[in-house]
Amino acid sequence: MTATRMLKPWAGAIALAFLAVLAGGALFGLAGEALRGSTEGFAAFDSYLWRVARFTLMQALLSMLLAVAFAIPLARALHEHPAFPGRALILRLFALPLALPALVAVLGITSIYGRNGLLAFGFDKLGIDARPNIYGLTGILIAHVFFNLPLATRFILASLDSIPFDYWKLSSQLGMGSWARFKLIEWPVVRRNLSGIAGLIFMLCITSFTIVLTLGGGPRATTLEVAIYQSLHFDFDIARAVSLTLLQLSLTIAVLLLLSLTGKPAEEGFSLQTSARRFDRPNRTTKIANTAIIVLGLFFVGLPMAGTIVSGLGADLSRLMTEFAVWRAIITSIVLGAGAALLSVLISLSLVMAREYLQSQRQASAPRFFERSLDLGASLIMVVPPIVIGAGWFILSRHVIDPFSLAPVMVICVNAAMAVPFAFRILRPAWDTAASRHNRLCLQLGISGWDRLRLIDWPVLRLPIAVAFAFAMALSLGDLGTIALFGNDSIQTLPFLLLQRMGSYRTQDAAGLALILGVLCLLLMFTADRGAASLTRQDNERND
Amino acid sequence: MTEPVRKLVGGGAAIRLDAVRFDYGDMAMHFDFAIEPSSIAAIIGPSGAGKSTVLNLIAGFETPVSGRVLIGDQDMTEIEPSQRPVSMVFQENNLFAHLDVAANVGLGRKSSLRLDEADHAAVRDAIAKVGLAGKEQRKPQALSGGERQRVAIARALVRNRPVLLLDEAFASLGPALRHEMLDLVSQLQKDTGMTVVMVTHHPEDALRLPSTLFFLENGRVAASGPARELLSTKGPALLRKYLGSQELSL
Repeated sequence: MTATRMLKPWAGAIALAFLAVLAGGALFGLAGEALRGSTEGFAAFDSYLWRVARFTLMQALLSMLLAVAFAIPLARALHEHPAFPGRALILRLFALPLALPALVAVLGITSIYGRNGLLAFGFDKLGIDARPNIYGLTGILIAHVFFNLPLATRFILASLDSIPFDYWKLSSQLGMGSWARFKLIEWPVVRRNLSGIAGLIFMLCITSFTIVLTLGGGPRATTLEVAIYQSLHFDFDIARAVSLTLLQLSLTIAVLLLLSLTGKPAEEGFSLQTSARRFDRPNRTTKIANTAIIVLGLFFVGLPMAGTIVSGLGADLSRLMTEFAVWRAIITSIVLGAGAALLSVLISLSLVMAREYLQSQRQASAPRFFERSLDLGASLIMVVPPIVIGAGWFILSRHVIDPFSLAPVMVICVNAAMAVPFAFRILRPAWDTAASRHNRLCLQLGISGWDRLRLIDWPVLRLPIAVAFAFAMALSLGDLGTIALFGNDSIQTLPFLLLQRMGSYRTQDAAGLALILGVLCLLLMFTADRGAASLTRQDNERND
Repeated sequence: MTEPVRKLVGGGAAIRLDAVRFDYGDMAMHFDFAIEPSSIAAIIGPSGAGKSTVLNLIAGFETPVSGRVLIGDQDMTEIEPSQRPVSMVFQENNLFAHLDVAANVGLGRKSSLRLDEADHAAVRDAIAKVGLAGKEQRKPQALSGGERQRVAIARALVRNRPVLLLDEAFASLGPALRHEMLDLVSQLQKDTGMTVVMVTHHPEDALRLPSTLFFLENGRVAASGPARELLSTKGPALLRKYLGSQELSL
């Protein structure tokens, strides 16, 4: 019995060591390179570097402002009309962009706003002589708002939902107008959560890679992450890659520090809430305005998704499915994705088990350093963007081995690490609840080791493990960052193949592949979502 | 492994807390008392007095800072919870929610759940004894609160340990159901002769069974004796103060 219990801290330590080596090794490689003098390091702040850094910050700031500025009226409108037709469906739709691989969304957006998209078609019909050009800042902003507007809307709606019923009763009794209500009731609540929401979006946009790579317009509109990729992949300029990576790292750490000061957004943003009752009766003008806002938001989020489906179906799917390269990419993606998901679940479970074990051992005393690092380790990996890890190992390994031969290992490891914060959050409550219910009973009945795993822990944890696995696999299926660095002719995942087809202007093929990839990811996310829902249901039943 | 247990099977065992010191947060608890073999002991007192701590010390979930815990004249202080001749029923979470009644009881027989025919017979027998015959295949969520506690008691029966600890086991049940459960415990105690130690919020529980009362206050036993005497109007002043104006039907 003591033997198996002693294994838990060790498992946690190994998982932590893995994350530390993965992130630390990359940083070590970069630092070594910088010290060896083969780089100008921060001395290399030429005008190019400055421009890239400035653009990175500027596009993130604009994306954040736009997303939040549109999300506030949209969330207000949705909140004011709890009975709006299809409201639940709209909210469900707004959860989808989170699950959609960036590359798929980019194709959807191109199908609407692109040179040959729906918008251009409409202009043409109306006889307007304008050709939309989305490459550059415009496209980046549209794509970022596409991803983050729904996210921000759900967060803000959740904070509006947290306003007590009585406030609405009071406001309608006092006859407050829309503006007064916003200023006196809604804004104070929204403002409290807004810094967290805005910070999260800013962070997501600063580390955005795929969107900028595909929609950015050359050196004028490029971010640090894309510049790192280009300097490694096309110019093979290690010195520049090192300076860029160090800059990116300092930027993310600075932003995260700032974020930790402002606090995190409430997590209810991810749950699907049915809304509060409202007691005010909006007048006609408000109703029309709100309907317009909701419909506009719906079109903005829904059209690119519909576009993905329509142009995907328009592709020659039957030919695509007979192509060897396509099948190879699908299978490679699934194998690497499953590997990454498995590794991610193993790491997270080890962290979770070790943390709970240490907590139960110390009882009431304060947590020790090791326990706290297990907690932190799971989220700290977010500080180091995947591209930085990839770049670090690329630079470090090239002295010993051909970096491209590391592709499968790197894709699995980096994607697994990327999914750890999410898997950890799914597994930790399930494990901790099960442990608090079962520890004493198992101790009393002498159920331990293999028996405990077989009879007690596995039946309870099967579902959360499956949920975490599906979520992690969906994340890693859609990831382009690592494979873009390490990918080559011998190893191609679905997003990589998609990028190649886009590069060679085989738009139809790309649309078809995007549909396949999107469907795969959504299926996994849907499974995870269903699993998570029945998880909460089960939990509620048990607590009766 | 089960050597100390086997010797004790059949009948109850005496329990002694010998100069036990235990620190719970800021409070230093000190216990020095004995419970007669095959008797029923009821532990009452205000919350935070250390009622559950006493049971946890006997069951081995807590280890004393100093002193010894003896069960049937054997020093148990360093023995693992599963090796002690003790079964404990908690207020909740007595059952594994994903296992059916038979499996939950069977775990008391063999923790690997690899049961032979004799084990199955014992499990069936115990389930029938607590009045749940026919509900062997039910999952805990399909049982009422009282039935769940019956399953836990059935498990204690197949474990066949000479001491049964009830940690507010019936606190979440209504009065009628609680009385029913107490009568069941009383019946089983008569049949097996096991020593029963129960922690309760309801002083009248102690009167329902022929029990010895231990009144705890600030981490020590402030008064003890036959429940009928202590809980009567002639009982010690501090007990009357705890009970307040509560009317007890004697």
